[in-house]
Amino acid sequence: MERYYQPEIECASREQIKAWQDERLVKQVRHVWDNVPYYRKKMEEKGLTPDDIRSSDDLHKLPFVTKADLREAYPYGLVAKPLKECVRIQSTSGTTGKRVVAFYTQHDIDLWEDCCARAIMAAGGTDEDVCQVSYGYGLFTGGPGLNGGSHKVGCLTIPTSSGNTERQIMFIKDLSATILCCTPSYAAYIGETMKEMGLTPDQIPLKAGIFGAEAWSEEMRQDIQNTLGIKAYDIYGLTELSGPGVSFECSAQTGMHINEDHFIAEIIDPDTGEVLPEGSKGELVFTSITKEAFPLLRYRTRDICMLTREKCSCGRTHVKMCKPMGRSDDMLIIRGVNVFPSQIETVLLNHGYPANYQIIVDRVKNTDTLDVQVEMTPEMFTDNMGEIAKRQKELVDGLRSMLGLAAKVTLVAPKTIVRSEGKAVRVIDKRKI
Amino acid sequence: MSIKQISVFLENKPGALYAMTGVLAQNKIDMRAFSLAETSDFGIARMIVDDVYKTTTVLKDAGFINNITPVLGVAIPDVPGGLNKVLQALTDAKVNVEYMYAFLGGRDAEHAYMIFRVEDNAAAASVLAQRGIKVVEQEEIDKL
Repeated sequence: MERYYQPEIECASREQIKAWQDERLVKQVRHVWDNVPYYRKKMEEKGLTPDDIRSSDDLHKLPFVTKADLREAYPYGLVAKPLKECVRIQSTSGTTGKRVVAFYTQHDIDLWEDCCARAIMAAGGTDEDVCQVSYGYGLFTGGPGLNGGSHKVGCLTIPTSSGNTERQIMFIKDLSATILCCTPSYAAYIGETMKEMGLTPDQIPLKAGIFGAEAWSEEMRQDIQNTLGIKAYDIYGLTELSGPGVSFECSAQTGMHINEDHFIAEIIDPDTGEVLPEGSKGELVFTSITKEAFPLLRYRTRDICMLTREKCSCGRTHVKMCKPMGRSDDMLIIRGVNVFPSQIETVLLNHGYPANYQIIVDRVKNTDTLDVQVEMTPEMFTDNMGEIAKRQKELVDGLRSMLGLAAKVTLVAPKTIVRSEGKAVRVIDKRKI
Repeated sequence: MSIKQISVFLENKPGALYAMTGVLAQNKIDMRAFSLAETSDFGIARMIVDDVYKTTTVLKDAGFINNITPVLGVAIPDVPGGLNKVLQALTDAKVNVEYMYAFLGGRDAEHAYMIFRVEDNAAAASVLAQRGIKVVEQEEIDKL
């Protein structure tokens, strides 16, 4: 039986959702105009005043906000509430440049935790469950968000944070954790460690996992589901918008429902900025319509994605987004070809290799080189040199047909690729451009 | 009929082989025979040792992927034409040799010992026996 945290919202009619969005967007535009000079200036440059935005149909008139705006306005330039009304900051890892610092009022945190609670219940969680949160706690939104959501559902919450993998497994076993929340790469690592400790899936009480904060493929989902003996659910979010829980998967596991009572989603052409019709592939853009302290209008996520309003078997009516097909800032351009790490992962898993891999891009004599390093496994190893070389060649061929590009495959010894307790480092780009 | 050979996956980079022999030395493993095959990025170390179970266990614990492959051990009189006679027998019976390597007979100065990797150990052994060529058992290797 499908469970909902807020059924009257999650299963509301499309008309009701539209009405909420119309009312909240108009109010939000007025709020930023009155309180954020940076926004007022951007709107004035387009000749707009709050009176031009009468419903969500006028959303397309508003200017975009990009990561560059967030950097320029760092740290307080986009804060829409007096700091004395703010109670928390969270921050991005800052791996792609300056950190983004997001601000929250108590009300913002409350709504964010509601979104995470919806995700946990969609994964089958109830107040009978024991939920282990192995996302990092601290500035990273993963730990605090799911922790709050787990409390709201009433799960017994184990705040292990990330790291110390054997202790994670000890808690899962000794305290009978039924739900695990962490990054997919850490879930895979926990599974690998369990296997090494001689534990089989039926000795582990887990039944579901909520994994997000990085891109992962459908094949990786199958892999995690098999090793841990669970159902693995995707969750999506950005610190800029709140954190995990902007959208989440339901029992159908065919896309993530966007919490449309809090966020309006659009798909745009990343080159022209033009809004694309439903079902088109393009860049995902979000407007947060309920955030008080750090509202973002038309924030460009860089995630390449598709939306669908097709009826979902779970009963929820909110729009679904597919797994992001890649981030435009994750995208590598190798010899002029666009390559997403997720494509490489798909090929590796399809060929029976583990999801432990690293992509090394370099430039030798003015030509880009792509080296995919993948770990040898006991299952793949054979004394027959020709057989290993044959499989290696099949992988090279598989990569070529997926990417349209020649890649080198290097087999490396087990455990030589560094395991991640948070977001995995998949790409090392040594090119000096 | 066959001897247990341990095959180990190694990266083709400085120190990889040394790291493995370090594990063997620490655990006082005595090697009877050893051979290395390599491509530009990986290699397979193949060896015959005095204690198969212990060796596979310590290598696995140290993170080295390995497996056991049954191979054929043959004692060849240490005289000119000795190897040729063995290969003639295998050729006549259309047995394909994937790889082979030699080792000296330890306390036995009369024979050279060779390891053969063939598809069907039993068939190859019976061909050799018919020609009066001695196939070595695991226990004999252990005693060398």
